[in-house]
Amino acid sequence: MPELLIRGGHVLSGGAEKRADVLVSGDAVRAVAKSIDPPAGAKVLEADGAVVAPGLVDLHTHLRQPGAEVAETVETGARAAALGGFTAVVAMPNTEPAIDDASVARDVLALGEKAACQVAVAGAITLGRRGERLAPLGELAALGITLFTDDGAGVQDGSLMRQALEYASDLKVVLAQHCEDASLAAGGHMHEGAWSSRLGIAGLSRLSEEVMLGRDIALVRALGTPMHFLHLSSAGSLALVRRAKKEGLPVTAEVTPHHLFLTDAEVASYDPVYKVNPPLREEGDVEALRRGLAEGVIDAVATDHAPHPPERKERPFDEAPFGMLGLETALAVCWTALEGRLSLGELLAAFSARPARIARLDGPAGGRQGGEVAAGAPANLVVFDPSASYLVDPGRLASRSRNTPYAGRQLKGRVRHTIYEGEPVVIEGEAQR
Amino acid sequence: MRVAGPPARDHLLSVADLGREGIDEVMRLADSFKEVSARPIPKVPALRGKTVATLFFEASTRTRLSFETAARRLSADVMSFSASTSSLEKGESLRDTIETIDAMGVDAMVVRHRSSGVPAQVTAWTSAVVLNAGDGQHEHPTQALLDCYTIREALSERGGGEPSSDLSGLRIGIVGDIRFSRVARSNVLAFSLLGAEVTLVAPRTLLPSSLEGWPAQATPELDSVLEELDVVYLLRIQTERAGQVLLPDLDEYHSRFGLTRERAARLKPDALIMHPGPMIRGVEIAPEAAELPASLVTRQVRNGVLVRSAVLFRLLAGPGRPAVPTGEDPVA
Repeated sequence: MPELLIRGGHVLSGGAEKRADVLVSGDAVRAVAKSIDPPAGAKVLEADGAVVAPGLVDLHTHLRQPGAEVAETVETGARAAALGGFTAVVAMPNTEPAIDDASVARDVLALGEKAACQVAVAGAITLGRRGERLAPLGELAALGITLFTDDGAGVQDGSLMRQALEYASDLKVVLAQHCEDASLAAGGHMHEGAWSSRLGIAGLSRLSEEVMLGRDIALVRALGTPMHFLHLSSAGSLALVRRAKKEGLPVTAEVTPHHLFLTDAEVASYDPVYKVNPPLREEGDVEALRRGLAEGVIDAVATDHAPHPPERKERPFDEAPFGMLGLETALAVCWTALEGRLSLGELLAAFSARPARIARLDGPAGGRQGGEVAAGAPANLVVFDPSASYLVDPGRLASRSRNTPYAGRQLKGRVRHTIYEGEPVVIEGEAQR
Repeated sequence: MRVAGPPARDHLLSVADLGREGIDEVMRLADSFKEVSARPIPKVPALRGKTVATLFFEASTRTRLSFETAARRLSADVMSFSASTSSLEKGESLRDTIETIDAMGVDAMVVRHRSSGVPAQVTAWTSAVVLNAGDGQHEHPTQALLDCYTIREALSERGGGEPSSDLSGLRIGIVGDIRFSRVARSNVLAFSLLGAEVTLVAPRTLLPSSLEGWPAQATPELDSVLEELDVVYLLRIQTERAGQVLLPDLDEYHSRFGLTRERAARLKPDALIMHPGPMIRGVEIAPEAAELPASLVTRQVRNGVLVRSAVLFRLLAGPGRPAVPTGEDPVA
């Protein structure tokens, strides 16, 4: 692999920003200096006007393999991730079969070896994600899996959740909850509120999220085990996490780009592209989540990238599946929503260093993701131009699916290059493999 | 219920697409079709050469027959799409189904579906005019139009003089399952657009979770408003849903919200009683009350054809159409 010189960018790393060139050699950064002459044979990537930062880490990606390759594969999902500036993703276990035993996990990890970004795997908490019996967490942890979730559903049974937390604490792994009380959510298809009432669509109340979140915070308080909360969507949830953190409880939380950007008013079109779980909520919720991210109550942005092929989405709203694409647009969506509310460095920390820590991808075993741009560090980098704007064209997405809610929207900020293990996997917004 | 965005002039998805002017125009057109329906051969050639497809993904004998009769009276060809969802169950997407029918060449699609929003989705996949014949718990605009027409007709007969679509000063109570009712959503819009004051009467479990933006007030006490109502509009209680979790039982509903004989006796002497059918006697209405002369239930059914003719004519007859349908072509 030829050496790589990233020239003319602003290096954003460890809270500091400086104009510098970055020289990459092999899979590591060799030098960061004000001006570096390109060594003979080196490939030069221009970064003028752009920021050079540690690659992004997505805590919440649905790669759909095995089981729904018509929607996405590890290969296409990882390519979409690279285009979005991600150098690592955590694949959710709600595949078919679920990632609830070592053989399935090994298969997905093996596919990830050839992908355009690091593919880590989250294991299921319960067998088949059915919420009845614990999955073999120890066997999965032995493969290096550190994050477990039944995502797509919450663990309904409080006693089982307690056992899971106790068992997980011995293994030093983190459990992540999709907070949704199934009885309160039953039959809902969009946020319950003024719009659902007008549109005649059964609502998903904020209560379904907040009731389970409240229960789980009580469990964390009693057991002292860490817990991560996936895709929080309501102002009330934010208040619960804020209070839990003030108490010093070991909880972390993530928010998706779409919950920072879109509201339930979009559903007035009845276009199932806006159907997602948790649902798009109201202005007040969006505002609370933005503030929560700016203030650090929310630790990370995670995409909940959820591909579905057109034939599954082009159905009546109440028959269409939940989920929207997110990887390729995530950073630009958040920058468009939050510029002026927090610095690009703060936003990038929520996209890189903090999620890497939550998924334990920051250590040597995890790929040393989300570190610094410094000599000796692994060359997992994103070059992001915060002032470029672009129109989202679903036809140009690398995902196998097209269910982006941003089609035809102008976004501010664009990923120019992505470097994964020293290889330029994205150059000027074009995937290289 | 649409509350934002410009009205979709080319379709009838929501009562909001018509606005007050549009509703009034439909009422006046329905008057002229009333005259046509009295002829020995109640047909006009207004839509000769046009094809109206009825796509009923959910069974409904009355609304379907009403639309098809209305289309035939305008001399349109009627294509009746067999309404089973079997093709969807085989994996065909809604979009494929619609595009297949579109390819057969139709001018209008009359769509009934158990899911809210399907008529709106259909507009993206066809160049035909789309008419909402009832979608899920969203809207049923032609039901609201025929209800307005029925009230207008009754008021005109009672007071003499020209019929007027102005319902201002009228207090209309809609009683029952508002939450799951597409009829309620369309009627709240239509009645209020015509100037009536609308009161929703229901237990909180049968109201939508939010009434923000609804031009109506709500009360859980029928007895507190009964004597002030000019129109009592009763909705069917969907026993499969409401009877199980949202209400203790139907007897309790009848005692709190049913139009009993005693309550009927307390109504204003000229109050009108309406119901979109099918009616469950003994639940929302006592058997004796349904037979009262004030009940317009059968008239509502008859007026359905007139109003649907008016709507089809308005959307399909084209920009050069005459103000009222004419033509004495008896063989059309």
